[in-house]
Amino acid sequence: MNVFAATGRGTLAVVREVGRIAQFAARGAVGWAAGPFYWRAFLNALMRIGFNSLPVIGLTAIFTGAALALNIYEGGARFNAETFLPQILGVSIVRELGPVLAALMVSGRSASAMAAELGAMRVSDQIDAMSTLAVDPFKYLVSPRMLAATIALPVLVLVADIIGVYGGYLVAVHALDFSGTVFIRNLWEFLTNDDIVSGLIKAAVFGFLLSAMGCYYGYNSRGGAQGVGAATRSAVVGSAVLILAANYLLTSLFIRV
Amino acid sequence: MPGDTPKISIRGLEKAFNGKPVLRGLDLDLAPGRSLVVIGMSGTGKSVLLKCVLGVIQPDRGRIAIDGVDIVRLSESRRARMTRQIGMLFQGAALFDSLKVWENVAFRLIYGERRPRREARQTAVDCLAQVGLAPEVGELSPAELSGGMQKRVALARAIAAEPSILFFDEPTTGLDPITADVINSLISDRTRALGATAISITHDLVSARKIADEIAMLHQGQIIWRGPASEIMNTGNPMVDQFVHGRADGPIHMTMRRA
Repeated sequence: MNVFAATGRGTLAVVREVGRIAQFAARGAVGWAAGPFYWRAFLNALMRIGFNSLPVIGLTAIFTGAALALNIYEGGARFNAETFLPQILGVSIVRELGPVLAALMVSGRSASAMAAELGAMRVSDQIDAMSTLAVDPFKYLVSPRMLAATIALPVLVLVADIIGVYGGYLVAVHALDFSGTVFIRNLWEFLTNDDIVSGLIKAAVFGFLLSAMGCYYGYNSRGGAQGVGAATRSAVVGSAVLILAANYLLTSLFIRV
Repeated sequence: MPGDTPKISIRGLEKAFNGKPVLRGLDLDLAPGRSLVVIGMSGTGKSVLLKCVLGVIQPDRGRIAIDGVDIVRLSESRRARMTRQIGMLFQGAALFDSLKVWENVAFRLIYGERRPRREARQTAVDCLAQVGLAPEVGELSPAELSGGMQKRVALARAIAAEPSILFFDEPTTGLDPITADVINSLISDRTRALGATAISITHDLVSARKIADEIAMLHQGQIIWRGPASEIMNTGNPMVDQFVHGRADGPIHMTMRRA
């Protein structure tokens, strides 16, 4: 076996796949603008990706905020910096943990659901049937989901930020003897608009990426139940990796700015 | 002369998957208002043929004309406009399980033709009645229906926009003989009522003889026999003979791997 040929084939396959995903995501991004726009499908997706994700986002955020407060307090105490707990907690949640954890949770919940649903529709001929009914399945199934995720994620992250900080507040005030008033004042005075906006921009990008991955793998699913399973797995793993990679790129971009 | 233009005309159609040819230069003409049933063994390209005409699969070579217009070389949007005159009943019904039955039937009217929901709903109820289903069925979800009812709903969906061409992919597969006969009768009646040109694919010879004006047999990607439905049992073609009598021995050999 020629190792170089095998490596070359593998590399070309990866490049082709990345190209296909990029093309798919671009088509999804502009698909809704070119019309027709399916409001009902969009609102349905917004409800499922956004509103229905609130409980899991809230629970993730409150426990993360609480655990983070304990860690910051314990770590900060080693060099007498425990009083900076509100500021460090706020920046950590608003800039990093809120967007990343919310996106990962929505990826696990919604990207997998998109891949499974579209995959099942593909293997049962429902997508082909839609195209015979004078409706572009891409515009009906993919674009509304991608737009909904891109809009819903910043809102979910804003909720995650508030609940996460509140989790830290509860621990700080009730377990670590912080003054509630001082906690809020320090947090308020320290956090800038840029901190919040950068987190929300990240959230929109993550929403776009996770929905693109969920829709791509589901829409192109092949081979029955096994194919749908593989599509779901690829969507979750792919979107998680993309979210983490994009988070690094965006963070380095925002810090430079 | 315009009157001589076939509704559907296919010339030299070729399609291969992963280097394996499925359709090998298939030629087929179908006059307006005629019903053709295509029979053949599994994997001979019957479904691929329909999907190529629908534009769901892009053929490798060949010409597919509807009303004399070659749709293979049209842009995606123009081809979509041409194929709007086709209604299709899929093998597994392919109903949208996230929508109610009436929304399935009215899907094209609401989302494809942008008709008001109330008007589309009334049309859906009328179409359900045409296939013998009560208005209450419209409120159910597809998962609550039996296989035969799902096929009826799929037929109602296919005829809702009054297409001039109808495709039926294995319309009676998996149904008991009585339900299959009901579906066959509905297909015959509705196709005639619409004056539509129909292509059906099936293994079910009872169904084929009931709904077809003509039958064609597809083998190894080409039409090897075509004639009136009444002659299918006495074609004199050894391959067709073997197929219609369901014999393992004959000129058609199944590829089987030996241990």
